[in-house]
Amino acid sequence: MGPLIPNGVIGEGWDFVIAILLGIAFGFILEASGFSSSRNLAGVFYGYNFVVLRVFFTALIVAMVGLMYFDYVGWLDLSKIFILPTYLTPMIVGGVIMGVGFVVGGFCPGTSFTGIAIGKLDALFFTIGLYVGIFGFSLAYPLFAKFFDSGAMGNVTLTDVTGIPAPYFALAFTVVALAAFWGTMFIEKRVRKNMKQYKF
Amino acid sequence: MSKNKSTDNQPKYINPYLGGVLLGLLIILTVYITGRGLGASGAIKSAVVTTSSTIAPSATEANEYMGQFISDDHSPMYNWLVFESLGVLIGGLLSGILFGRVGKFRTDHGPKISAKKRWVLAVIGGALFGIGSQFGRGCTSGAALSGTATFALGGVIVMFGIFGTGYIVAYFFRKLWL
Repeated sequence: MGPLIPNGVIGEGWDFVIAILLGIAFGFILEASGFSSSRNLAGVFYGYNFVVLRVFFTALIVAMVGLMYFDYVGWLDLSKIFILPTYLTPMIVGGVIMGVGFVVGGFCPGTSFTGIAIGKLDALFFTIGLYVGIFGFSLAYPLFAKFFDSGAMGNVTLTDVTGIPAPYFALAFTVVALAAFWGTMFIEKRVRKNMKQYKF
Repeated sequence: MSKNKSTDNQPKYINPYLGGVLLGLLIILTVYITGRGLGASGAIKSAVVTTSSTIAPSATEANEYMGQFISDDHSPMYNWLVFESLGVLIGGLLSGILFGRVGKFRTDHGPKISAKKRWVLAVIGGALFGIGSQFGRGCTSGAALSGTATFALGGVIVMFGIFGTGYIVAYFFRKLWL
């Protein structure tokens, strides 16, 4: 049955209406969880607020297990969904650059949009930075076009690469996530004790 | 516990695990309906291509990167992620109104830096994130979260890249936040 739009169950004309509705839910969940504040977000790197880790990893394991269930009971054909293509080295480099950008800028793109929505100027400047960065990237693109397309492995999943069935990965991520939820509880308590003031 | 310890006046956020479950269910729903996950950086890319091709059409078309995203029959803004990101703004606003967080323009920054310095750093951080998200084929939502949730190798690489690097470099930028 699913995915509904690629399978023609829902007409293409509904695409953008659905995009806005799903976006509204996305923005609501991010803001309601506290992702509209850069100080909350940066807390994950300094141990004073692990909200990013909690929301991100909970979402990840729920989605992983849920998608497998949908596939298992026949609601969703996982072979028909989009798999992000892998470009090995460029993606490592991209991840590293984004990691620095996260710590310096205090946001990631989606969260900065919700910050703007409630009046955070640092979120607005971050988004301006995104624009500048992507524009600069486009202008300089010929310099690293070759590198950009290097290491192409196609639209591969972890199972394609390792031969290990997906449920094992879901289980591994779940175990690691639960351990991280438990461990960071103590770290957060200890770090917060030493912080003079932390206004959310 | 002294009264000044700010955990007293923290705003009403939902339980993070509830937020995570809701976000996970939303990803399942999104994949179930559209066959792909959520995203964010792609909307800014569309904005870049659109403004660039409005101001300098031929130069944009000649650009090896931006040229790929120009089509004759519709504007680059006519794109799934642009509409979705518009929704993110609306959804963020709705939550902000509901929980009483919509307010005057203000800036969050660590106690050791000024708001102006924070703005400069936000632009730099945003620019880095913008560049990184092109190499990564997506940002935290599109690649790290939706990618990993669909077991894509690339998603896992980006996820570990972002968070791993974040922890490695956090020490050098601690004055910005602590």
